[in-house]
Amino acid sequence: MIAFEKFELENGLKVIVHKDETTPIVAFNLLYDVGARDENENQTGFAHLFEHLMFGGSINIPNFDEPLQKVGGDNNAFTSNDITNYYITIPKENLETAFWLDSDRMLSLAFTEKSLEVQRQVVIEEFKQNYLNQPYGDVWLLLRPLAYQKHPYKWATIGKEISHIENATMQDVKDFFYKHYLPNNAILVIAGNVDLTKIEELSKKWFEDIKPGNVPIRDLPKEPIQTEERRLKVERNVPSNAIYKAYKMCNRTHPDYFATDLLSDILSLGDSSRLYKSLIKEQKLFSDINAYVMGSSDEGLFVISGNLSDGVSFEDAEAAIINEIERIKASSLTEAELQKVKNKQESAREFSETSVLTKAMNLAFAELNGDANLINTEADKYNKVTVKDIERIANQILISTNCSTLIYAKI
Amino acid sequence: MTVLDRKLAPKFKQVSTIHFLQPKTQQLNNGIIVHSISGGSQNILKIDFIFKAGIWHQNNPLVAKATNSLLKEGTKNYSAHDIAEGIDQFGAYFQHEVDYDNATLTVYTLSKYLENVLVFVKEILLSPKFDKNEFNTYKENSLERFKINQEKVSFLARNEFMKQLFGYKNPYGKIAKVEDFKNLSLSKIKEFYHHFYDMSNCEIVASGNVTADTFTSLNNCFGSQKIKTDSIHIKTQSIAEKKHTKKIHIEKAGALQSAIRIGKLMPNKLHPDYFKLQILSTILGGYFGSRLMKNIREDKGYTYGVGCGLLSLKNAGYFFISTEVGADVTTKAIKEIYKEINILQTEEVSQEELDLVKNYLLGNLLKSCDGPFKMASLFENLHFYGLDYSFYNDYVKTIKNITPKELIDIANQYFKIDTLLEVVVGKTH
Repeated sequence: MIAFEKFELENGLKVIVHKDETTPIVAFNLLYDVGARDENENQTGFAHLFEHLMFGGSINIPNFDEPLQKVGGDNNAFTSNDITNYYITIPKENLETAFWLDSDRMLSLAFTEKSLEVQRQVVIEEFKQNYLNQPYGDVWLLLRPLAYQKHPYKWATIGKEISHIENATMQDVKDFFYKHYLPNNAILVIAGNVDLTKIEELSKKWFEDIKPGNVPIRDLPKEPIQTEERRLKVERNVPSNAIYKAYKMCNRTHPDYFATDLLSDILSLGDSSRLYKSLIKEQKLFSDINAYVMGSSDEGLFVISGNLSDGVSFEDAEAAIINEIERIKASSLTEAELQKVKNKQESAREFSETSVLTKAMNLAFAELNGDANLINTEADKYNKVTVKDIERIANQILISTNCSTLIYAKI
Repeated sequence: MTVLDRKLAPKFKQVSTIHFLQPKTQQLNNGIIVHSISGGSQNILKIDFIFKAGIWHQNNPLVAKATNSLLKEGTKNYSAHDIAEGIDQFGAYFQHEVDYDNATLTVYTLSKYLENVLVFVKEILLSPKFDKNEFNTYKENSLERFKINQEKVSFLARNEFMKQLFGYKNPYGKIAKVEDFKNLSLSKIKEFYHHFYDMSNCEIVASGNVTADTFTSLNNCFGSQKIKTDSIHIKTQSIAEKKHTKKIHIEKAGALQSAIRIGKLMPNKLHPDYFKLQILSTILGGYFGSRLMKNIREDKGYTYGVGCGLLSLKNAGYFFISTEVGADVTTKAIKEIYKEINILQTEEVSQEELDLVKNYLLGNLLKSCDGPFKMASLFENLHFYGLDYSFYNDYVKTIKNITPKELIDIANQYFKIDTLLEVVVGKTH
């Protein structure tokens, strides 16, 4: 149970406070409700490029990192298709520095040409390092547009192509900031050995004079229901063949999410899981295999991916995956097997709650999904999942007409 | 109401004291040492079984890692699947890790299931079967992963760097090749196990919700096990202090980025200059605002990231700078790296920058004391070097007192550019 208090400033900034007396460190997590899905199709990679620019100095403070490091703090950020999340860890005595820095960059950025030029280059190098100069690095650049035809999940956070980053102008950057970086489009979570009244005071002092704005109403193109099997084969200079099967699944707030997540655990979490045992150990068809869900805000993907063992054909490998899926559909799941993955969930949750930063992030995501208290009620939702639920979901989503398959062949 | 001056930074304090949670050390009935670090509010436990059985101790590449990985792949009484099922049903996790000196099996579990989980831990540590079939699967799958890694410039550069730094004859520098997978044999693995996995060569570190019951459970499980009384032979091998002026450039066709590694052998944490080196290395490339980051990322945009570090091994230590840069700017990036090293030797660090780094390092140390699991890592990082907690107190003292003059001396003593090894993999001209 993670206890927390919640209040909202007059400008609409939501603030959540979790008290943890056991640690000298405070986590300061500021989530903006904007991600790659909010980008224009001709300007992809923008939310992420923008995240980089948030470190290029703000209206009153020329450098973000230095003053923070000077008080013993540390920070980073990440962008996903749904959100942009900034976080700081800092000794509790110096917490106010985090308020000072992050409120100033919410107020306005410095918008220097130099920062834009350099971060554009840095992001291009990031693109090369993680997507182009790695074996299998371009998988998501291929799989997303195969699985999504209309919805902006069809491009990756890094962007569709490098030229979009290259062509970003200062005006585009400013427009993006004023449109999305608003107090009423953000959630702040403070976790650590802190007092609620002190946090209220600091929040008001630093954030309350920032003007709210009109948060754009999100009206994203809806992905049409998939009715046909999709396949793409590519050839690359990689050491082994790989296969990726992406099935459409519900979004993170749908009641079926928990059963879907447990279904993926049954398939591949731990060495006793079905795919590991059958396809790696017994049949030796794969050297590596995984099943996982994307807990995304809009309808997501249930992915099964694996690297084929040497000499195994794509036909045999894929048939074996499908065979395991068919087994689950045909009532092979036992109560004991379901209990096992529930126990894994319980223990993963307990271990994740040892870090104030993880707790702060989880509170922010839960609030974004409707209510911070979801982090306390989720355990129960996982526990209530039944064998029948899992079978129903498997029958509903793990079907060929709901699947996009990427065959990644070595040359 | 006063108007807020947003240009003015709030007052701050330097981290003054850091509280280190020290372990309670006890012995099981047969003498096996258990260190307990109790803390945190969750009912969870992390238990490390640490053997002096790392890379240093192997004669052939891959053996230490293979032995550690295969422990859980079947025992006298259980198949690999029985063990996986046994552990998974209680929601527990294993993690096995082999570093340059030690090999560790870690179990993460809810406290309430400790006894259930230990049944399997006992089996895998004391009665592994090293089954032929499991061995072949392990070997083939590891080879596949190795081949994928070999397509990464960063992996190739790191391996080449270690080989050049220590020499292929030294265990730290004897990096694996594809042929080593073919030559890896079950008999060598069994031999390694029998030599190094005796419980007399193991220390246990328990952290989290550790109680008297935790110790009792461990004692019931391992305390009556017969252990070797004569000490295990551990090889000693000196590491030649080579003059490195070597530049190794390896072309990788089609590379969009080049991986760069520059560094040299350095004293490890037993040496009195270690803290100073650590501070200097932080200034150069040890944090986001470091000089290398500022120059080659934040000013020139040559890279997504660059960093450097000082690594302590039991029998050596080394310093390295590591980055991946755009192929077309490889030469320029290398030039900037040397330029920054040169500045460390010729210009005193400003008091302002030094104060920042001091506070950053203290904050970072405070963060590494956050919770029992991190406290356990801090303990392990000194205990296996024969050090005690005065090490961290001395570190704090050095951070607080170090001067620009001392740093420039250290830079001149240890960072001479003509003593550095340079490895580049990617586009090299």
